[in-house]
Amino acid sequence: MDYFAVVLLEILYMIAFLALTSAGLAVVFGMMRVINLAHGEFVMVGGYTTIACYRAGIDLWFAMLVVAPLVVGVLGLIIERLVIRHLYGRMIDTMLATWGLSLLIVGLVTLIFGNSAVSVQAPISSYEIGQYQMGGYNLFIIAVAALLMIVLWLVMRFTRLGLVARGAMQNRDVAASLGYNPGRIYMWTFTVGAALSGLAGGVLAPLTGLLPSVGSSYIAKAFITVITGGAAIITGTLSSSLLFGTVNQIVSFASMPVVGEIAMLTLAIILLRLMPQGITGRFFKNSA
Amino acid sequence: MSISSNFGTGRTNWLGFALATLGLLVAPAVFDVNTMTVLLIWSLFALSLGLMWGYAGILSFGHAAYFGLGAYTFAVASMNIGESTVPLLLAMLIPALLAAVIGAMMFYGRISDVYMGVITLVVTLIMFKFINSTAGDAYRIGDARLGGFNGIPAFPVLNVPGDPELQIYGIGLYYVVAAALLLCYLLCRWVLASWFGRVLIGIRENEARVELLGYSAPLYKTAVFTLCAAMAGLAGCLFASWAEIVTPGLFSLGQSAEVIIFTIVGGLGTLVGPILGAIGLGMLKLLLGEQTLIDNSLLLGAILVLVVLLLPSGIVPTFLRWRQRRGAMLAARSKAGSARRRRRSQGEGA
Repeated sequence: MDYFAVVLLEILYMIAFLALTSAGLAVVFGMMRVINLAHGEFVMVGGYTTIACYRAGIDLWFAMLVVAPLVVGVLGLIIERLVIRHLYGRMIDTMLATWGLSLLIVGLVTLIFGNSAVSVQAPISSYEIGQYQMGGYNLFIIAVAALLMIVLWLVMRFTRLGLVARGAMQNRDVAASLGYNPGRIYMWTFTVGAALSGLAGGVLAPLTGLLPSVGSSYIAKAFITVITGGAAIITGTLSSSLLFGTVNQIVSFASMPVVGEIAMLTLAIILLRLMPQGITGRFFKNSA
Repeated sequence: MSISSNFGTGRTNWLGFALATLGLLVAPAVFDVNTMTVLLIWSLFALSLGLMWGYAGILSFGHAAYFGLGAYTFAVASMNIGESTVPLLLAMLIPALLAAVIGAMMFYGRISDVYMGVITLVVTLIMFKFINSTAGDAYRIGDARLGGFNGIPAFPVLNVPGDPELQIYGIGLYYVVAAALLLCYLLCRWVLASWFGRVLIGIRENEARVELLGYSAPLYKTAVFTLCAAMAGLAGCLFASWAEIVTPGLFSLGQSAEVIIFTIVGGLGTLVGPILGAIGLGMLKLLLGEQTLIDNSLLLGAILVLVVLLLPSGIVPTFLRWRQRRGAMLAARSKAGSARRRRRSQGEGA
């Protein structure tokens, strides 16, 4: 029974992890059809910001929940203005340019922080289920991911901002003819996406530890979660996180973590072959 | 995406080819052989991507999968067999088989560019993760331990076919690599000049029309994908023989990014472009490796961003267009000049 609870919690954590790390990418892909290969580096920069702030004496909670999203959001804004906006409509070129950006950011962070791992103590202590020791911080991650999804849904569904965003997503020309500048909408969308990635990086920093190259371990998972999910931001992210998180952890428990990850990636390839439009392109067509 | 305006396959410039061959022959007298060898191996790798990306419009975000698989296949097979001819062939055959399966899955599934990017990327990642986790005695193929993160050291390198005692290294390996590069270049030229190449370029320009003419686009794409994977496997095998060690880093995303940067900087839609791109940027990479002030990936990343933004067709096509324009301008000027002279002489005659 205890074991069952542990497995369930680990599955929940993996789902939360996937939803959290892919939310930023999903917003940008869903609204703008832009695939940002520097996404993993945005998450990484969020983590480094958190740790740098913590070392400078700023409260850890404040650093991860406020400073990290702000810093990465500004970084996203700068990148959108300098690079991305010149490439709208050219998907492959955008992928290439953002891949270049990702290498560039890795190089910069290596220059500043060096190539050794840094970490910070998780601020919530562990607890026990029967004979098993569980990380209390994982519960916090699950809560943050759930909250983030609910807030995203509320904003998209009930605010004027969400209405404009959904309108621009469906048809940018109509949105433009109603007086909303698509360029401006895209700019803020990219900024918000980057800020969400920064939040993910900040919140996950105490768990994973950081290296300049850590972004590449996020990008693949976020990438498959978003693409498999399809264009609908929330439903898509949730359904594919649920699927991949469950598969990853069950296979991991049955054999080894590496096998779990390989199973998840293989499943992603098969799903993309069967449903090139993603899960939401196939099943939940009218969701946000 | 817009590739060069060059619709044709280009002709083989035999004079240029002869000069390049001569240059490769005498290069060891001037440059460091070891460096030259690895630069040419990267060139071969970039050429294999340049053929399918520049001419068939297939961009693989994980071309390193076939490079790494070629290297590992060679290492494992040569440890088990000892003599290097069969391992060399296997190093081309096995990546080609993998590519045929993955290519058929993608192209017959009519998967769009972006999803193809994801699938190719994920394939590389799966292999990277798998190879990285194969530490320990449980993971061995015959006599070869896969070695996980540390890779496989100390396998027999290439030898003169039939005689395992006569190993090829140093200047010998350089000439083998140079010959392989030249042969593969000619192979690419031949492919492009044949009907097969023409169909490929047709697919790049307009897939629907080619299909309406009765050609099966998935078949041709799968075929060229397989061919390019075999070439990448050959490059990997040569690299393994040069480095005398294979590590999971060969499958890394960085390796895939590098070859894309070599190719796009050199120029899409040409064969010389990727080769020159790999030599130029490879040299830059090696130079940067000698100092610690500027990080390697910083510069390569910046170059990629700038090229995509400012020079999307790459250096060689831009240069060719410039020369063409200049040639047209000069021709126009000399024509105008001769007309003026004619008028003048007529005026004098009158």
